[in-house]
Amino acid sequence: MPDEGRAIENKGHPVGSLQLKSIRKAFGNHEVLKGIDLEVKDGEFVIFVGPSGCGKSTLLRVIAGLEDATSGSVQIDGQEVINTPPAKRGIAMVFQSYALYPHLTVKDNMGLGLKQMGAPKAEVDAKVGKASAMLSLEPYLARRPAELSGGQRQRVAIGRAIVREPKLFLFDEPLSNLDAALRVNTRLEIARLHRSLKATMIYVTHDQVEAMTLADKIVVLNAGQIEQIGSPMELYNKPANTFVAGFIGSPQMNFIEAGRLGDKDAKTVGIRPEHITLSRESGDWKGKVIHVEHLGADTILYLETEVTGLLTVRLFGEHRYAVDDVVYSTPDKAAMHRFGADDRVLR
Amino acid sequence: MSKARLSPLRSGFVHLALAGYTVVALFPVVLTILNSLKDKNAIFRTPLALPTAETFSLIGYTTVLKQGDFVGYFQNSLIVTVISIFFALLFGAMAAFALSEYRFRGNMLMGLYLAIGIMIPIRLGTVAILQGMVAAGLVNTLTALILVYTAQGLPLAIFILSEFMRTVSDDLKNAGRIDGLSEYAIFFRLVLPLVRPAMATVAVFTMIPIWNDLWFPLILAPGEATKTVTLGSQVFIGQFVTNWNAVLAALSLAIFPVLVLYVIFSRQLIRGITAGAVK
Repeated sequence: MPDEGRAIENKGHPVGSLQLKSIRKAFGNHEVLKGIDLEVKDGEFVIFVGPSGCGKSTLLRVIAGLEDATSGSVQIDGQEVINTPPAKRGIAMVFQSYALYPHLTVKDNMGLGLKQMGAPKAEVDAKVGKASAMLSLEPYLARRPAELSGGQRQRVAIGRAIVREPKLFLFDEPLSNLDAALRVNTRLEIARLHRSLKATMIYVTHDQVEAMTLADKIVVLNAGQIEQIGSPMELYNKPANTFVAGFIGSPQMNFIEAGRLGDKDAKTVGIRPEHITLSRESGDWKGKVIHVEHLGADTILYLETEVTGLLTVRLFGEHRYAVDDVVYSTPDKAAMHRFGADDRVLR
Repeated sequence: MSKARLSPLRSGFVHLALAGYTVVALFPVVLTILNSLKDKNAIFRTPLALPTAETFSLIGYTTVLKQGDFVGYFQNSLIVTVISIFFALLFGAMAAFALSEYRFRGNMLMGLYLAIGIMIPIRLGTVAILQGMVAAGLVNTLTALILVYTAQGLPLAIFILSEFMRTVSDDLKNAGRIDGLSEYAIFFRLVLPLVRPAMATVAVFTMIPIWNDLWFPLILAPGEATKTVTLGSQVFIGQFVTNWNAVLAALSLAIFPVLVLYVIFSRQLIRGITAGAVK
């Protein structure tokens, strides 16, 4: 195997790069992917994020080979794989619905891929043993999926992927069927896994918190096109357009018509809720509190101001504002984003 | 069901209705079996009475077992039924998998075309089928019956199974593809076990008309060596004289294999019928 040399360096787990060139996918007349170009380097954790129907899952399926691209090229480790069946692409995938084989035990579920490749039984057992130790699944090896909880099932699905020692890990919204507490735990587990395996991972989610917390690189997709690619902080600090600005960050960025602020060059001005300060005495925008959300660590206020209309403000810590209080808000000028008529950022 | 939602009174009515239906359904079967154990006079004088010491007689059964090759008829019926069910399920499931799993031009039309068979009885084609069988030299063979019954069973099998196969998770099939399972392995090892209840449902619905059929055995395979039970029993029904003892005994015997097959499938059958109703 050509990967042998590098595989040893990486504690036995191969890694691979991925290159997508002008991927297009249409279902009938409906174009789902409109020319996607992307490069993923060895060992990167890349997250596709976007609203539902943006094509992120379809893109993942094209990479996996479960869906044929209408045109374009997919290269894994420099090899064109567009005509290679999924099993031979050196990938492993974790599905939202776990997709465990209901009639097989945990152990057989994890070992099936290797067995199909014709690996000797001892090797399969060793790899399954290693992966189950990594995910603390040993007590469950003899059980069937129906006897496991949701979190355990998803760990088995992740284990099944690890056992295959793929060049690329693909995750299709792996956490969305889990409850909130379990989601955080599994998220940590995946982050830990990425660190210890140093594997290349591609992860699809619609949850921007998952994207921000896990990714080396986030790819924001909208309507079949890439809106922006960058590190989480790049996307947060320098969104390329109003879509990314609105999608990344919670609560959402405030968008204000530039005309109202006397800015003639821009169409929209964006300011994040956490970049606004409040005062009862003086400030730029006078307004009235219409709703307050006390979250303990944060206090989120919704104001109706004379200049900007509805404005969301996020204050850290606890604050004693009440509905109908009159307050003055002042934006941090340096943290304002200006967007032109085409919704792209003005720099 | 929880006690909170079902009062004893309502539950009583439900059971009364169910018991009533059971009586209605079982009545002809019980009547047949009872009378098959009586002598001829008792059948006509007291058809509803239980066989007593005087009226008890196994004459019907001895006639049936003596006259003609009844064991052979049974064997023919079983061979035809089991093999037809097997092929109808196998090919039906395969076609259903293709229709539900793959996107191809004419998928919808193909599905409709195959479902039309449910509405158009295969007997309309009897003359053409007979001509075909004569040309192929298959008259008076069990193969002829198996071919016809497989064809007869396919539309319903495809219709029911393709609906069930649509409910099998795509992720599961895709996981299989990534693990290197072939499409056949995915079909046989992942999908078929998951639609087993539906298969049992189809098996029962396919089995009963085949077992009871008189038409095609009479036309395609009336020879002594290929007679089925239903056709074999006809020798006792004459235009002027009918040997009721023998007819009832033959019918009683014919019920048992169906009953056995039904018991085998029924646990699955109930799951098949109620699947989709809950969840």
